[in-house]
Amino acid sequence: MEAAPKVIVMGGSWGGIQASLSVLQNLPETYSIPIILVLHRLRNQEGSLQEVFDKKLALKAVEIEEKEALRPGYVYLAPANYHVLLEKDHTFSLDVSELENYSRPAIDVTFTSAADVFSENTIGILLSGASKDGSSGLKYIFEKRGMAIVQEPEEAEVDTMPLAAIAMVPGCFILDTERIKAFLLSLHDR
Amino acid sequence: MRFDDGALFEQDVEALIQEIHTQYGYDFGGYARASVYRRVKRFLANKSISSMGELRKALFSDSYFFENFLQEITVNVTEMFRDPSFFLSLRTNVLPILSTYPYIKIWDAGCSTGEELFSLAILLKEEGLLDRTKIYATDINQKVLKQAKEGIFSASSMPAYTSGYYASGGKQEFSGYYSSNYGSVKFDASLIKNVVFYPHNLASDSSFNEFHLILCRNVLIYFNRELQERVFGLFDESLVRLGYLALGKKETLAMSEINNKYGLVDKSNRIYRKTG
Repeated sequence: MEAAPKVIVMGGSWGGIQASLSVLQNLPETYSIPIILVLHRLRNQEGSLQEVFDKKLALKAVEIEEKEALRPGYVYLAPANYHVLLEKDHTFSLDVSELENYSRPAIDVTFTSAADVFSENTIGILLSGASKDGSSGLKYIFEKRGMAIVQEPEEAEVDTMPLAAIAMVPGCFILDTERIKAFLLSLHDR
Repeated sequence: MRFDDGALFEQDVEALIQEIHTQYGYDFGGYARASVYRRVKRFLANKSISSMGELRKALFSDSYFFENFLQEITVNVTEMFRDPSFFLSLRTNVLPILSTYPYIKIWDAGCSTGEELFSLAILLKEEGLLDRTKIYATDINQKVLKQAKEGIFSASSMPAYTSGYYASGGKQEFSGYYSSNYGSVKFDASLIKNVVFYPHNLASDSSFNEFHLILCRNVLIYFNRELQERVFGLFDESLVRLGYLALGKKETLAMSEINNKYGLVDKSNRIYRKTG
């Protein structure tokens, strides 16, 4: 029987760019699970994180377009100033509604939406950050029997986000970026 | 209240969408669902409503309550000079061409509470075009149109709007466009003296005029492909040849049937021109 499709949703703010690069570097370009990355950025900032990620990763990094379909081999970056949601048919919806946790994109929004669509096949990873965004989303993933992973707070550049998540989701896995990467590689379906 | 059974919740929302169409004539059938489900959950939480049955009862017995629901389900969050580079591009690439027309007509579709409308009016004024431009500002929601007409925004937003204004090529003292009063500011009413406010539903209403420029930014993201196609047809019908269409930064004509009649004037800001 073919395994049900999975999705990886990752979030971070301060220190999140470096942490996510460490996790994603060396994942093969054929990596079998689509990855969605929500990083807090300055509003109306128009420079491109996408180029940085695309250059440093074997995976293709793209900024999400609305209605785009999820595909393996891609890292999908949340665009500045939009929330990112997932539809039942595994396409993206964008949304410019209210800030959540002072953020747009908000990690909670994407984590929650991914868990609504992928349930137990959702892998949520929360990295370094100076915000509490992402905790309730990670809890929601956990309650839907998905996988909840938090970056080891001692390794994180700013531990606010990991600590908030650990407090809210005591059952989560606490791993450093090397172990998160090893775990993601173990999920890779060759 | 918790909605542990996602499938049941979604069924209930689908039934509600049908019933709203029958009872009030608003058709949300073509709305992208992830956002609708999220907005409904949010509305229930904010109003402390604990069941879908309770929501139905309130919606269909109280039209004022329904108006409120309508405003919350359709996203009305907006800001002045959102994406300053878009407004800069409008100023440098589009307005000089529009200035060759003796009389300019613009449709701001889904104008919400008017932040974009006032940004546009300021640009037109500074380029010397405001007096010969007529803007049709439409929205599905009458309540937000009323707000847009008033032009009153929160003073706390002004620092961000001011930097957006300068980043978009603003040439004046931004505070000269409004007067402050107790935590809010009111924009100069002369900016919108040539604006017609009009309720219009992109999901069901038809073309009502011909325009040189249509702005519809971050509205189509809430629609499914089918409804998007309808709206693109509507815009195509409403644009003069060589007219401009401005979409949100993440919206595209690429998948649509009218795409081959349009050229990109500014790719990253999604400004199109009708060439066919």
